[in-house]
Amino acid sequence: MIRLTHVTKEYARTGRALDDVSLHVAKGEFVFLTGPSGSGKSTLLKLIFMEERPTLGEVRVSGINSATLHRGDVAQLRRKLGVVFQDFRLLDDRTAHANVAFALEVTGAAEPSVPAKVSRLLMQVGLASKGLAYPQELSGGEQQRVAIARALVNDPFVLIADEPTGNLDDRATRGVFQLLREINAAGTAVVMATHNLELLRRSEYRTIDMLHGRIVSDTADPSAAERAAARIVEDDETARFPGDAGPKGQTSAAARSRTTA
Amino acid sequence: MRLALREVLLAVRRAPLLSALGVITIAFSLFAFGLFGLVAINIRDALRQVESRVEIRAFIADATPIEAIVTAVGDIGEFPEVAHVDYVSPDSALARARRELGEFADVFEAGVLPGSIEIRLKQDFRDPRSVKMIAARVGSYSFVDDVRYGEDWVAKLYQIRTIATIVGVVLGLAFAIVAVIIIGTTIRMAVLARAREIGIMRLVGATDAFVRLPFLIDGFVKGVLGGFLALGLTWLASSLIDRALGFQTVFFSTGFAALGVLGGALIGLAGSAISVGRQLRRV
Ligand SMILES: Nc1ncnc2c1ncn2[C@@H]1O[C@H](COP(=O)(O)OP(=O)(O)OP(=O)(O)O)[C@@H](O)[C@H]1O
Ligand SMILES: [Mg+2]
Repeated sequence: MIRLTHVTKEYARTGRALDDVSLHVAKGEFVFLTGPSGSGKSTLLKLIFMEERPTLGEVRVSGINSATLHRGDVAQLRRKLGVVFQDFRLLDDRTAHANVAFALEVTGAAEPSVPAKVSRLLMQVGLASKGLAYPQELSGGEQQRVAIARALVNDPFVLIADEPTGNLDDRATRGVFQLLREINAAGTAVVMATHNLELLRRSEYRTIDMLHGRIVSDTADPSAAERAAARIVEDDETARFPGDAGPKGQTSAAARSRTTA
Repeated sequence: MRLALREVLLAVRRAPLLSALGVITIAFSLFAFGLFGLVAINIRDALRQVESRVEIRAFIADATPIEAIVTAVGDIGEFPEVAHVDYVSPDSALARARRELGEFADVFEAGVLPGSIEIRLKQDFRDPRSVKMIAARVGSYSFVDDVRYGEDWVAKLYQIRTIATIVGVVLGLAFAIVAVIIIGTTIRMAVLARAREIGIMRLVGATDAFVRLPFLIDGFVKGVLGGFLALGLTWLASSLIDRALGFQTVFFSTGFAALGVLGGALIGLAGSAISVGRQLRRV
């Protein structure tokens, strides 16, 4: 469903954001992505919805491969997954209803079917009575619900959420998280990046911990922690003898061969 | 489609001045083409009328034996370019001059006018070059004193037509380039103003073509408007010229006018197409 194989992502200006990340997310799974700021969570999510392409390795999502991406593939992929962000990304000059309808209109949905579908989605996220409100007339939690309704218009197989509760207070956070659980219970996978330790502690979902562009632990894959430890040792060595260190790519390749040996 | 049209209206409302400027430069471009095109077609028309009368006249030396003239007329009649040859004897030349000049007829006395051979050319050989060539061939007969044809002003009309065409094409192209740049700028502003919306469209899976469509329609509509504006301006200019000259000049045919409007649409479309791809890559 979602599979990353030895993915490295380097940005031209800031260098390596992800370093040899491999990961599989199964159908209907709920996955937390956590780690300090700058550890690569958002980058990892962007690779999944193919806003960015990997520098090395490959990303496969629902049959679409980053290495053999064709024109138009990205648009097709986006219709199969939903994405929400910390900053909601709603259009301020349109009502909640129009914001959700927008996603249907621009993907060529048959017009007569739109209003009923939008109303059903707003009801699902608990905003049945707020359809005619503009974003600035809604609370942060309500705005995020509109964004979630919009992400669900095409019945995605996965919902990608990048710190969806980052701008919300505790109450609203719990509400939005509850909504995500319901969506997941109905069969949609959820991959959610978060800083919220409270949420992580209270739920028993799979949690992937990142640091410096690497996965340092994965509750579904204990060996990930081992691999990470091996690589940290490797890093220390290269740090002590900087003159002997080859390019970073070689270092991680060496680390990889050691852990698989 | 309805969505696209709504976006076009929104874009015009967002930058009305720039939108108007885009339409106007397209109109100017086509107006330049149109004006000089009019000059060109009117000259072509005049030339066609004149050319049908183009003839070469070879004046014959006095005392040339009539047999030599008859043989020459026969030869010239065999030239593939020649439609018609006639021998005008000194007497009939005199008669004709008297007839045409009426009251001044007495000026001419018998023997003053030379005999001549009049040659009319076929339709396809009435351009200055062919005329000159055949005149030279006719002039090579030893008994031909002088060859006359409307060389100067035929050549001049052709020259004017060439200049009008070049000026029209150059000015028209210059305006077209300016129009493309202005339309491109309008699109850039529109894309920037809608960057957020475009980002969301892509996020939820709108195709590239769908994102582009409103911008292309925008350019197309402006081009068509500019085309009609240019047509109006050209027509106005044409009727002003008619009034000044006191006679009716030739105007474009409907088909040609439609072609002009289509040209405007293409300029508008080109302006937005060139810009939109580049701009969309940035947002
Ligand atoms: N578009 C970009 N261009 C260049 N560098 C980038 C870009 N996006 C992220 N980076 C860099 O990649 C690294 C990882 O960033 P990323 O946004 O993935 O972190 P994050 O884990 O999401 O952090 P946060 O918790 O603060 O959101 C950072 O060092 C950042 O500077
Ligand atoms: Mg982030």
